[in-house]
Amino acid sequence: MNAMTDVSSRITRRFAKLKAEKRTGFVAFITANDPTPDVFHEIFHGLPGAGVDVIEIGMPFSDPMADGPSIQLSSQRSLKFNTSLKDVFAAVREFRKTDADMPIVLMGYYNPIYRMGPAKFAATAAEAGADGVIIVDLPPEEADELDVHLKANHLHFIFLTAPTSSDERLPAIVTRASGFLYYVAVAGITGTKSAEEGAVKAAVARLRRHTNLPVAVGFGIKTPEAARTIAAHCDAAVVGSAIVDVIAKGLNQSGQPEAGLAQKVLAFVKSMAQAVHGGQG
Amino acid sequence: MTKVESRNTYRTGVDENGHFGLFGGRYVAETLMPLILDLEKAYNAAKDDPKFHAELADLHKHYVGRPSPLYLAARLTAHLGGAKIYFKREELNHTGSHKINNCLGQILIAMRMGKKRIIAETGAGQHGVATATVCARFGLKCVVYMGAKDIERQKPNVFRMRLLGAEVRPVTQGTGTLKDAMNEALRDWVANVADTYYLIGTAAGPHPYPTMVRDFQKVIGEEVRTQLHEMEGRLPDSLVAAVGGGSNAIGLFHPFLDDPSVKIFGVEAAGRGIDSGAHASSITGGSPGVLHGNRTYLLQDENGQITDAHSISAGLDYPGIGPEHSWLHEQGRVKYVPITDTEALASFQLCSRVEGILPALECAHALAYVEKIAPALPSDHLLVLNMSGRGDKDVFTIAEAMGEKL
Repeated sequence: MNAMTDVSSRITRRFAKLKAEKRTGFVAFITANDPTPDVFHEIFHGLPGAGVDVIEIGMPFSDPMADGPSIQLSSQRSLKFNTSLKDVFAAVREFRKTDADMPIVLMGYYNPIYRMGPAKFAATAAEAGADGVIIVDLPPEEADELDVHLKANHLHFIFLTAPTSSDERLPAIVTRASGFLYYVAVAGITGTKSAEEGAVKAAVARLRRHTNLPVAVGFGIKTPEAARTIAAHCDAAVVGSAIVDVIAKGLNQSGQPEAGLAQKVLAFVKSMAQAVHGGQG
Repeated sequence: MTKVESRNTYRTGVDENGHFGLFGGRYVAETLMPLILDLEKAYNAAKDDPKFHAELADLHKHYVGRPSPLYLAARLTAHLGGAKIYFKREELNHTGSHKINNCLGQILIAMRMGKKRIIAETGAGQHGVATATVCARFGLKCVVYMGAKDIERQKPNVFRMRLLGAEVRPVTQGTGTLKDAMNEALRDWVANVADTYYLIGTAAGPHPYPTMVRDFQKVIGEEVRTQLHEMEGRLPDSLVAAVGGGSNAIGLFHPFLDDPSVKIFGVEAAGRGIDSGAHASSITGGSPGVLHGNRTYLLQDENGQITDAHSISAGLDYPGIGPEHSWLHEQGRVKYVPITDTEALASFQLCSRVEGILPALECAHALAYVEKIAPALPSDHLLVLNMSGRGDKDVFTIAEAMGEKL
């Protein structure tokens, strides 16, 4: 269809491998520089060893409208360090020095990208070693001005679909989407309601009638049990708020991370990854 | 990206995707997209339905008290010694501001869509009060999001909303002001898509809100056109209105955009001065960006993070502006000018003493600009100022700024 279906991309290779191994993938979200640049670095670099199949890095924004309290606070913690897109790219570049295979998806809101310029954003993200982007407030109707630059730089444009996305609407989304399709399991903001198995199963089946792309399900997966249940019905499960909550709980009253926080977060990620991987086992 | 085309009219509105040139659009999460599209359909259907217009006109006449008077401010005119100054008395509307015009229009749309629960954001509380009012009038559940800081400085309006049966939810995230209230309202909407209608209070947000809100506010300018024709037999020479999100301003301006003889001024809040960084002048001191569903001029830092707005007026304390204003600015049709807290406070006091009208702090900004330009204008220059709200809600803020304890 386009350059994005190129089998040589890290994302397509990873999903092909998962399929061959009959495993459901585990996508872990953390916000860049949360809770501090050092602890973030330790968590980020530890994720592959904890069983993560795709890493989503949050690009912090001052006004994250689609996010619940957990990810809002994580953005705020990150912005205390004036985290910019340049810092996010630097972290990805550093990660790539030791890991050439792990798919990395950047997730955020459009304004910082627009401010930098979509062309520069896409070129720098690709050069740093990112594989795709999810832009929460850029529906297909507004996606053209970024899409052209993502395509030019062989970056996947990963779109969100929601319980409210109708059958009439889905074709416009899936024709633009590449890499994988992200299904927002609950109508709501991140980290609040819980995803419901029956609804997710039906929704994923509906998406599969529109696309051959892998389907990742996120929003509302909080526990290993929930992860195991949802994983049985999709190609990958995404966990964000639950991981970020472990970070938040490991901060003292002045907001400083307690000793060993990164290891604690990675232990939780590992438990979630095992639950997901057991899903189709 | 939509190409800005040269036009022979400024009033055709948006293209089919909701863009005013570069500005506007629908920058929302996918969960909301289908709702925004439904709303657009419902609004377009209502626009073509004479029954809708008849119902709204009846409410305007009997519930709001429209048309609002166009008043010759003779003492202020004499005091400034130049242009002939008229006030469009929107502060005499039911609930004390222009906000009711929009709320009535949207509540009728919400009911046509079968929604049972209304949410709104508010800064100064005027929109919250107007929303609570129409919800009470039509028996709908009402939840108003309001920044914790604004709740503190607008206590009378908070109590009014509660008296009207609304639930006021304090927002402590971010700076605890209007932008954060809008974030929370959007989050509520995403989570309650099935039964909830988001009644946005200004001519901003994702398409179709900027156009729809403007359409519900343009009654202001249409009345001015008729009224001034009756009183003076001609068009005004200048229009002046305060701009936060910009609904009262676009309501006054829109019917005159294609009359080249009419000079138009939008007055932004310059807070402690543009150079201080503590201001709310999106056009004078900001740059284009994307927030709250639309592309428009915003206050932001070099990384695209939204920065805090400041104004003594809670109604202007917002880091963005409606997209049509951004477009009119770039087209050069409307001139946007800054007025500081101090200048607005002085004009508040002048208007109170000279005209016996306590203007809302928002309108005091527009008045301050009139004070600047009127003296140099000839006595046959007709200037219309939108007195969009009354100042009773602001007396505590003003007392504090004047160093008085109530």
